[in-house]
Amino acid sequence: MHKEAAIREPLVLGHKTYHEITEDVCRSIEGKAPRMWYILFSIAAIIGLYGVGCILYLLGTGIGTWGLNKTIGWAWDITNFVWWVGIGHAGTLISAVLLLFRQKWRMAINRSAEAMTIFAVFMAGLFPLIHMGRIWVAYWVLPLPNQFGSLWVNFNSPLLWDVFAISTYLSVSLVFWYIGLIPDFATIRDRAKKPVAKKMYGMLSFGWSGRAKHWNRFELVSLVLAGLATPLVFSVHSIVSFDFATSVIPGWHTTIFPPYFVAGAVFSGFAMVQTLMLVMRKAMRLEAYIHTKHVEYMNIVIMVTGSIVGTAYITELFISWYSGVEYEAYAFINRATGPYWWAYWAMMTCNVISPQLMWFKKLRRSLLFTFIISIVVNIGMWFERFVIIVTSVHRDYLPSSWSMFYPTHIDIGIFVGTIGLFFVFFFLFTRYFPVLALNEVKTILKSSGESFKDGKAHSPAFSLEEQHLASKGDSNHDSNNDN
Amino acid sequence: MADTVFYAMYDDDDVLKDGAKKLVSKGVKVSEVFSPFPIHGIDPIIGVKNTRLGIMAFLYGLTGLMVATIGMNFFMIQDWPMNIGGKPSFSYLENFLAFVPISFEFTVLCAAHGMAITYLLRNKTIPGVKADNPDPRTTDDRFVMELRMSENSKFSADELEGLLKSTGIVELDQKELN
Repeated sequence: MHKEAAIREPLVLGHKTYHEITEDVCRSIEGKAPRMWYILFSIAAIIGLYGVGCILYLLGTGIGTWGLNKTIGWAWDITNFVWWVGIGHAGTLISAVLLLFRQKWRMAINRSAEAMTIFAVFMAGLFPLIHMGRIWVAYWVLPLPNQFGSLWVNFNSPLLWDVFAISTYLSVSLVFWYIGLIPDFATIRDRAKKPVAKKMYGMLSFGWSGRAKHWNRFELVSLVLAGLATPLVFSVHSIVSFDFATSVIPGWHTTIFPPYFVAGAVFSGFAMVQTLMLVMRKAMRLEAYIHTKHVEYMNIVIMVTGSIVGTAYITELFISWYSGVEYEAYAFINRATGPYWWAYWAMMTCNVISPQLMWFKKLRRSLLFTFIISIVVNIGMWFERFVIIVTSVHRDYLPSSWSMFYPTHIDIGIFVGTIGLFFVFFFLFTRYFPVLALNEVKTILKSSGESFKDGKAHSPAFSLEEQHLASKGDSNHDSNNDN
Repeated sequence: MADTVFYAMYDDDDVLKDGAKKLVSKGVKVSEVFSPFPIHGIDPIIGVKNTRLGIMAFLYGLTGLMVATIGMNFFMIQDWPMNIGGKPSFSYLENFLAFVPISFEFTVLCAAHGMAITYLLRNKTIPGVKADNPDPRTTDDRFVMELRMSENSKFSADELEGLLKSTGIVELDQKELN
């Protein structure tokens, strides 16, 4: 069995039996949803439907309904796209990279973080598709034999790289997530009492029975998928950054974009995970599994990636001056002091200053503070993309074509709508899917469970009272409580 | 051929593992273990060989890389060479750098999906298949060891039962299979 140092904080608080872990996770699936769930779900659905309405109007009328003009061809659409892809980086990072690094704390959050990732990538993928205007010819981005002569898509174009990167990322994340879900669906199937639920979870669990050979394969497949997904995570946002970096627009033509974008993506992704987890653990009473230590670990990731992002901002600024290229220099002076100064300084405040507060242990262990910062970070990261995209193109080489971008209500409606849709998906997930990798958590119970670490419990099959009754007289364990 | 199967149930994965070790050392063949999560270290004890799915993933990845290379060479160099910014496409090698991202993505795509599909097929875990775990609790908090009389012909049923009972089981079930 895997042994863990005694001074490490336990990952599962209190005493849990294997059965209690199952109960805790299945409670929300088997019980009635609380009224709050219906209220929040309805709000999200209404906002989402409004977004769908705006999208349909856009498709019927044309992308002229956005605030784009001939100078600013990319604005909120691509900002939202990059923002959502960035958010979609945390889940696979948590389940893949942390699996390779044998970080056991990932087990409490990987399932829901990965669900979050998949839904965020759905939202991201929507924007380039509707940006095409004629969405019904979206299949033209694929290299298909066609009647237009030997006309192929351009494999030299970063936009096509993006098509491959995003679709690979989405489908591989989905598979990785689902393979982990199968055994947990089997648990729910075997507990289900209602025939419909039994049938549904029976279908979803693919007839999983938990044989030793299957688990042997399961572990290898998880490991290899993690190994494949790890470079994939880094490649996706690198390729998204190529959309800008391979162009010759001052402010975009930057070699540090790939690592800078990846760090920014992890930064915003973890912030979104924090926002969701902090509410979810409370609402679903999972405080024993997702607790302060998990929040602290994630805050450290936020702090590190936030510092990388901050360094990148300053490097960019320095190089624009040091390069001696006046257009490059102007692009950055314009960002900080031009008509979009407020966006630039919002980005700087939210992304550079706020993560530095995490150096204070008190602050990074404070749940309320974390929640506020996680939202601040996501606002900041939206502004980052807006600053990079809009302020770089709104003043081009020809001052007579300088312009400003003003979002129309369709721009706003679609953006807000995707947030609504994202939450629709996430609420459905929390209601019908096991939000915690319940069977995986059982594997760390004996090594990282609090009651096992301090020697109070000896068996994962019985509650503490039952164990004490069984071994009465054996009471030389004093309760050394920490924090 | 009728066969008697013992299902020995445990409530602790480590107890099962120790039990399996003990039984195997006495020459008993454990034909299967059902558990809610992977029991680390059980495979060599009960003689489950390591999976070769990793090799398959590599082969699928190689296939993906080859398809991507052949495809892009055909599209961009042979069939319709594009002259972009005065940088003509005469050879694959000269244009190779632009093809790296998609070669990589396609390799990962094929390796991941190929392996996932093989995994599901080999496990026979496909939508619509019925589960065959002996007890619904084996996906919750119980661990079941399966012994078959046909594979343990040198023991009598009573001997096997006695051996199992000495390993800390919580329940013992016996079934006749046809």
